[in-house]
Amino acid sequence: MMAADETAMDPVLSVRNLSLEFVTRRGVLRALNEISFDIARGEVLGVVGESGAGKSLTGTAIIGLIDKPGRLSGGEIWLKGQRIDNIGHDGLRKIRGRRIGMIFQDPLTSLNPLFRVGDQIAETILTHMPVSKAEARARALALLTEVGIPAPENRIDAYPHEFSGGMRQRVVIALALAAEPDLIIADEPTTALDVSVQAQIITLLKRLCRTRGTSVMLITHDMGVIAETADRVAVMYAGRIVEIGPVADVIRHPKHPYASGLMGAIPALGAKVQRLTQISGAMPRLNAIPPGCAFRPRCMQAIGKCAEAVPPLVRVGATSARCWLHEEQDERSAAHG
Amino acid sequence: MAEPVLRVENIRRLFDVSKPWLERVVAREKPQFLRAVDEVSFEIRPGETFALVGESGSGKSTVAKMVVGLLPPSSGSVHFSASMGGGKVRPGAIQMIFQDPYASLNPRWRIRDIIAEPMAALNHPADPAARAARVADLLTLVGLSPLDGEKYPHQFSGGQRQRVAIARALSSEPQFLVCDEPTSALDVSVQAQILNLMRDLQERLGLTYLFISHNLAVVRHMAHRIGVMYLGRLVEVQETEALFAAPRHPYTRLLIDAVPDLEQIGRDRIPVQGEVPSPINPPSGCTFHPRCPLATEICTREVPAFDGSVACHVAQDTMMAGQAMP
Ligand SMILES: Nc1ncnc2c1ncn2[C@@H]1O[C@H](COP(=O)(O)OP(=O)(O)O)[C@@H](O)[C@H]1O
Ligand SMILES: Nc1ncnc2c1ncn2[C@@H]1O[C@H](COP(=O)(O)OP(=O)(O)O)[C@@H](O)[C@H]1O
Ligand code: SF4
Ligand code: SF4
Ligand SMILES: [Mg+2]
Ligand SMILES: [Mg+2]
Repeated sequence: MMAADETAMDPVLSVRNLSLEFVTRRGVLRALNEISFDIARGEVLGVVGESGAGKSLTGTAIIGLIDKPGRLSGGEIWLKGQRIDNIGHDGLRKIRGRRIGMIFQDPLTSLNPLFRVGDQIAETILTHMPVSKAEARARALALLTEVGIPAPENRIDAYPHEFSGGMRQRVVIALALAAEPDLIIADEPTTALDVSVQAQIITLLKRLCRTRGTSVMLITHDMGVIAETADRVAVMYAGRIVEIGPVADVIRHPKHPYASGLMGAIPALGAKVQRLTQISGAMPRLNAIPPGCAFRPRCMQAIGKCAEAVPPLVRVGATSARCWLHEEQDERSAAHG
Repeated sequence: MAEPVLRVENIRRLFDVSKPWLERVVAREKPQFLRAVDEVSFEIRPGETFALVGESGSGKSTVAKMVVGLLPPSSGSVHFSASMGGGKVRPGAIQMIFQDPYASLNPRWRIRDIIAEPMAALNHPADPAARAARVADLLTLVGLSPLDGEKYPHQFSGGQRQRVAIARALSSEPQFLVCDEPTSALDVSVQAQILNLMRDLQERLGLTYLFISHNLAVVRHMAHRIGVMYLGRLVEVQETEALFAAPRHPYTRLLIDAVPDLEQIGRDRIPVQGEVPSPINPPSGCTFHPRCPLATEICTREVPAFDGSVACHVAQDTMMAGQAMP
């Protein structure tokens, strides 16, 4: 099948049919299934879904940090025309930090508590770029200024624990941008923060990546953050992308029943609704993913076919969705056309 | 208008956060107190959902604990109406639901025993068969099956466990429920189930809710009236629609503006700078003044009094002068 999600000619990141499994004593569990998407230069792709959908694993697979018992069982990952899913640990180490920057929910995942923040940023610059120590420190200072650390010349020699949660996440953004990467993978970067600080961090990330042309894969469970930040969005469910497309289309006119249920389930600040859309049940665990469409037990629109086979991701108007309802429509229109 | 079910008057709660005594004496430091809640007053009417919203550390949970009696106020009073027993509330009339349903359910007990526990504690109903029947009814009421009573908490998903916690809270036939971030640990599709359930239950059983959340959109969906907290103080109280249509306190506006919203696709904004300061050494005067775009000289000196609707020198002045807020 064609890559259902067509974007730029020359994507920065291109993920094709990526699958990932866990080998356990009780059998093989498929955690990611045929994940395909592109991210163009300067584009922000949001990846959204409820917990356990496979968002973090997708990010982790791209940076090559999948640990046993997990393993990639199929597909390809390309970064600016270079295949990176088969280049081994040393090859990946050069790419991480240099060409792909990372931001996690907990800033302390990225920061070493024993080292001064300025030294950590300068170290990353020195590792990846041909500059002098003095130049690296000057760039670290410039970065801290740029991410909005107040009085950066005084704070450059502070330790991570001397910063508030919000300031720490700013330092992590500086660190992620230090080697001028092509892509930033941000996994729930604002989930641990209060809304007023979240607004600051999101605005900062958006501005810095926009001015530098850095692409971003923004993983979050918060559809509001996606609405404000992403150009396109991929909705994940039980290890698959079930809908992907421009953010306005997915939010306003979702085509997949899970995606549309999700939009209706979110309390909005605007118009008050009497009742939230209710999707019964919960996302299945990996060892209990139903055959056919994984959403079927919760789907109000399921038809006979849904239990039999996994629907393909097909183009429906402005977005692409993985749902037999739309496959049917396609066939009908094809028959008439 | 009906008499309020709950009247909270000027409650305040300090926590001693001093270093250990010896260390303190050696370092010649004074004892240190943290003002978690300061001069908070509000009323809740029967059948109403009153929400408290605010960022983490603003004192919401501390208020909740004082309301249910888990924590004594340092000063001020919490008073329930005569319908609930007045000074001495009918046992079981107030129940609480917490954020983490797993932590609040004993993992070694069967669901039926967890739900029956408040009945056993009150010995009401006294007849075990009547209790068992009521457990089955409660399970059905919250959307589970009576057969689920035989299971243990770990056999349920997060949303189902929150249903169990609600069933247990309802087993003592409460009139008043304090819900502290009841859906904050849940995914949105499951959150929608629980929020819908809570509204249905309120209607069917005539419950009154004190509903606490850091999520403004959730609070808007659930509450009739909302109180906004900042650094231990109530800064604004309004009917829900009025609060969103015309927020009066600058912090309320900041909060409403900071929430990422589905309807504001691609919006760029200028977020308010700064973070919530430490409650141990809060700023002088109005504690919001270092971040407030409207702050004037008086704000750094005088704590604005809460007039029943808002605690802000500028908002109160503009009201008096009959002007719109700048
Ligand atoms: N090391 C592991 N072993 C087994 N299962 C795992 C492991 N890591 C993640 N999973 C499972 O893979 C699924 C996807 O996880 P994840 O990508 O973290 O979800 P998300 O980030 O969308 O919440 C979940 O069901 C999770 O339990
Ligand atoms: N037992 C305690 N000892 C010391 N400080 C506490 C205690 N409980 C709460 N606090 C502090 O009181 C403030 C208010 O906390 P809390 O009521 O939990 O806020 P919220 O529920 O709004 O997040 C916070 O600064 C918190 O750290
Ligand atoms: S494929 Fe069938 S079960 Fe799956 S979302 Fe579409 S209609 Fe529902
Ligand atoms: S009292 Fe002053 S500082 Fe406080 S919110 Fe009002 S205007 Fe701002
Ligand atoms: Mg995750
Ligand atoms: Mg709390």
